[in-house]
Amino acid sequence: MKDVRLLAEAFAPGQFLEPFAQAHPGLGGICTFVGAVRADEAVEALELSHYEPLTLAGMNALADRALERFELMGILIVHRVGEMRPGEPIVLASAAAHHRRAAIEAVDFAMDHLKSDAWFWKREKRAGAWHWIEPRAEDHADLARWG
Amino acid sequence: MPVKLVFLGKLADLAGAPEREVEAPLDWQALVGTLGAELGDALAGEKVKVAVNGAVLSDKTALSAKDGDEVALLPPVSGG
Repeated sequence: MKDVRLLAEAFAPGQFLEPFAQAHPGLGGICTFVGAVRADEAVEALELSHYEPLTLAGMNALADRALERFELMGILIVHRVGEMRPGEPIVLASAAAHHRRAAIEAVDFAMDHLKSDAWFWKREKRAGAWHWIEPRAEDHADLARWG
Repeated sequence: MPVKLVFLGKLADLAGAPEREVEAPLDWQALVGTLGAELGDALAGEKVKVAVNGAVLSDKTALSAKDGDEVALLPPVSGG
């Protein structure tokens, strides 16, 4: 199964993980990554903006590519938008498979693409002022791993 | 109905608002012309993409928007 969501409110990863596991009886393993707003002394808040017509469609296309590329039973991708505080979850990627390697690689693949190839714009608030976050060279290197 | 421009990321700051309505029809030259120097320069940079009604143009200079279209100006996405 494929489950892709864009959320404007805070979420607890467990609320999605339990139903995702139950939806795949007979699975051999689940790999899950949860990304959170990194605690950085100077950063008061992080805000993610998106563009409705592109962002969710792009995440769905990414999930389809992961399902095609790896031997999966299912994939779950949840991404936050809006304003977040350090420690809050931003992203959840989880893959269920008969064998561990497919699940682990699918999550790694999904995260590399969500980080640098998905329609999100981020800015962080430091000392009361917002600053946009630019693309990073490492992100292109991360994507290049997947050919 | 006019064309709706949508500014994403830091382009919204440059534009002073996330959206703006402009007269149709709208081609590339008219778009750059209507935006003013700072935004026009940012848009002309190769990293800014343009989408019409949710479809990203492979060649933004081929823009041809009509009444009721939504034209989104998309700067590079932020890093991880």
